[in-house]
Amino acid sequence: MTNAVGRFHGGLHLEDHKACSMQSAIVAAPLPEQLIIPLLQHIGAPLEPLVKPGDHVFKGQLIADSDANLSAPVHAPSSGTISAIEERSIPHPSGRAEKCIVIETDGKDEWPGDRQTYKNYQSLSADQLRTIIRQAGIVGLGGAGFPSHIKLNPGQHQINTLILNGAECEPYISCDAMLMQERPRDIINGLKIIRQTVNARQCLIGIEDNKPAAIAALSNCLNDDEKQYIKIITVPTLYPSGGEKQLIKLLTNLEVPSRQHPVDVGVVCHNVGTAIAVADAVIEGIPLISRTMTITGGAVNKPANIQSLLGTPMRHLLTACGLDDHKLQRLIMGGPMMGFEISSMDTPVIKTTNCLLAMDKQETGEPQTALPCIRCGECAVVCPAQLLPQQLYWWAKARDFDKTQEYNLFDCIECGCCSYVCPSHIPLVHYYRFAKTAILEEERDRIKSDRARDRHDFRLLRLERKKQEDEERKRKKKELLKKVNDDKSDSKKSEIEAALERVKAKKQATRETEQSRDS
Amino acid sequence: MIASSPHQHPDNSITSVMLTVIVALIPGIITHVWFFGPGLLINMCIAIVAGLATEAAILYLRKHPVKVALYDGSALVTAILFALTLPSLAPWWIPFIGIVFAMIFAKHLYGGLGQNPFNPAMVGYAMLLISFPQEMTRWLSPEIPAAVSLGLIDTLRHSFMGVLPTGINYDALSMATPLDAMKVQIGLGQTVATIQQSQAGMSQLSGIGWEWINIMFLLGGAWLIFRKIISFHIPAAMLAGLVLISGLFFLVSPDSYASPLFHLFAGATMLGAFFIATDPVTASTTPRGRIIYGLCIGILIYVIRAWGGYPDAIAFAVLIMNMAVPLIDYYTQPRVYGHNRSS
Ligand code: SF4
Ligand code: SF4
Repeated sequence: MTNAVGRFHGGLHLEDHKACSMQSAIVAAPLPEQLIIPLLQHIGAPLEPLVKPGDHVFKGQLIADSDANLSAPVHAPSSGTISAIEERSIPHPSGRAEKCIVIETDGKDEWPGDRQTYKNYQSLSADQLRTIIRQAGIVGLGGAGFPSHIKLNPGQHQINTLILNGAECEPYISCDAMLMQERPRDIINGLKIIRQTVNARQCLIGIEDNKPAAIAALSNCLNDDEKQYIKIITVPTLYPSGGEKQLIKLLTNLEVPSRQHPVDVGVVCHNVGTAIAVADAVIEGIPLISRTMTITGGAVNKPANIQSLLGTPMRHLLTACGLDDHKLQRLIMGGPMMGFEISSMDTPVIKTTNCLLAMDKQETGEPQTALPCIRCGECAVVCPAQLLPQQLYWWAKARDFDKTQEYNLFDCIECGCCSYVCPSHIPLVHYYRFAKTAILEEERDRIKSDRARDRHDFRLLRLERKKQEDEERKRKKKELLKKVNDDKSDSKKSEIEAALERVKAKKQATRETEQSRDS
Repeated sequence: MIASSPHQHPDNSITSVMLTVIVALIPGIITHVWFFGPGLLINMCIAIVAGLATEAAILYLRKHPVKVALYDGSALVTAILFALTLPSLAPWWIPFIGIVFAMIFAKHLYGGLGQNPFNPAMVGYAMLLISFPQEMTRWLSPEIPAAVSLGLIDTLRHSFMGVLPTGINYDALSMATPLDAMKVQIGLGQTVATIQQSQAGMSQLSGIGWEWINIMFLLGGAWLIFRKIISFHIPAAMLAGLVLISGLFFLVSPDSYASPLFHLFAGATMLGAFFIATDPVTASTTPRGRIIYGLCIGILIYVIRAWGGYPDAIAFAVLIMNMAVPLIDYYTQPRVYGHNRSS
């Protein structure tokens, strides 16, 4: 166990509120009657369903996939019948509806038969492992849900360090801490598979120092051989130490250059939950059909960590944890700092649902009116990206998006530290998201209009060329005609010319003879 | 609207920031009243009432929510700071005109809270000093005999009716401030040491009363830094700038230039360092920028005190540096994560 070697700018000391959900071991949620599987779960292309209403599916059966590389398939989390493929509300900041596969479970929770397992994964090639991981539908379980097989393909980059993110810096969330306490061996196995895939020299597991039990469990689990290349590193409890860029800085003192990726500095970073999913997929042959999540907040009586099937409606899980409907003020998916509000409790949990936070009135506080920015600079003090949030806000509000980019808007990780400390209660992150969306849309429009312009230009070009060709043809025709005419007169012309030539030659000859005589 | 992250907030607000600032001013205010009589309180009341009324009226005309803005406490702090710069024997219309001018021209014509480039309290003060130099330099003497000192009633009568109790005139009551006396006497060819020994109202550090007022504002300011209401950058840099340049001249010629200690504890130095130069709206916001901003104010204060036309210089130094803030901020942006130091 070692301490962090780097530090990042700013950050916040937050009350962690984790103990309440860590009283008991992780429990499996009861099987719901209906599972709702969105076809758009994560960053990447939407999936095409491979089943139709009325079909029977087994647990773990592939039900939707896509040809796109940037995608991960989904599987039936339990056995049952497809009842519909229709629009349902999905967990998304916009609260929008998307196509979902709806499964009526039959209660048997039945696998199709023997699963393909690879207990001796050591003999598999990196490509084979990546294929297994993609087919298991694994995405980053820590937050954004980026398809894992892509991150596991460093291409020509040499990977020096593989980082396992066990920092879990958001308040309230404790599922990674519980997993590290309860399933350290699976985490290490997953880590070793990932290491084999990216061919990393060393592995670092970063954990915040407020999780001594998790640190102990993982340290005790390592054997002597593993200790050679796996190190557990405690990082100070300071939000957002679990941000990818911040954790890389803490553990390696490297900074990921702006607009580049960790692989560019020889680092690959995965979440501890993802490592377990990888181990389950390769060693046990279980695709990603369930995940562990924290159900907590003032509005639930029995906060806990639950292993839930993907697609389970949120209400089902909240009820299991003793939701008090009257107390519920706001339901958040994710943590209080970066999570987003869920408007309907019928929304299903998905691969990236790491926490359901049912906040009561005391936790949300009274709604606050935003006042003008007084330029106090508190936001700049805490910004982990070392931006000037007040300037970003100023330009975003003025809709001067070029200026926001000059102030490095896209280096903002939306951690919310700035809004948290702002004495004027300005929803700063909201403005940054708005500006980012606007800029990306503008860019997309530009590309589109560029394309349209290209098409237009091409058409002009074609017309122009046609005109030229026509003219050319006309010209040639004219020439031909002229030539014919010329040919007729040519004989006469040449006679005259020949006569003239003769005269000239004669003159020249006489002059030359005169000159030679003179000399 | 769907609530945007983050979903939890600490219990902070502009109001609480402003109230803490006012609390930090109290020791200095009490000391001020102790030495210079209740005139300050009268000026302060006039400034607060007129300032808040002006703010409310303008917000109403601009069709902005009046209540929210009044409760944020910023106008209150401006009025109090402004009153602290006035001599205690000022007639009522001095604080009145000053604060109304400051609120309208220095704050709201620029768009209100957060938008004004110039410190409103200092704009008010500077305008008064230029327009009414006589009234603005009529400071009470801190050591007048009890027989001629003015009580609350007398001060009120003076403020509103312009009459002094019979048998008392301005000459008996008022006295040049230490900074003023120092400047005038040095100009007459006296050495600093003689001035400090012979001139009335001078004391060990700077001047009677003034040294204590400065010490109290220093303590209040330190408490604000401790409470993380202000950052140390500006006050530390400003005081360092003042000490550096005054120390330099003092070393060269201790007879014709007052010591750094004198400058630190005379006039409005500490009030300026901790409460005026730190006004977030008009100061630089980057850490390096704040140090440059503070240093320059410190140096400018000395330059104006030593060679300028006015005895004290906080207001002009701050206003001049307010103008430079956009430039300073632009060139002192911190290095963003993932960017090269050079870019
Ligand atoms: S914390 Fe809020 S008020 Fe202070 S500078 Fe930042 S945005 Fe402005
Ligand atoms: S949300 Fe963006 S600007 Fe605000 S503190 Fe985090 S990184 Fe900085």
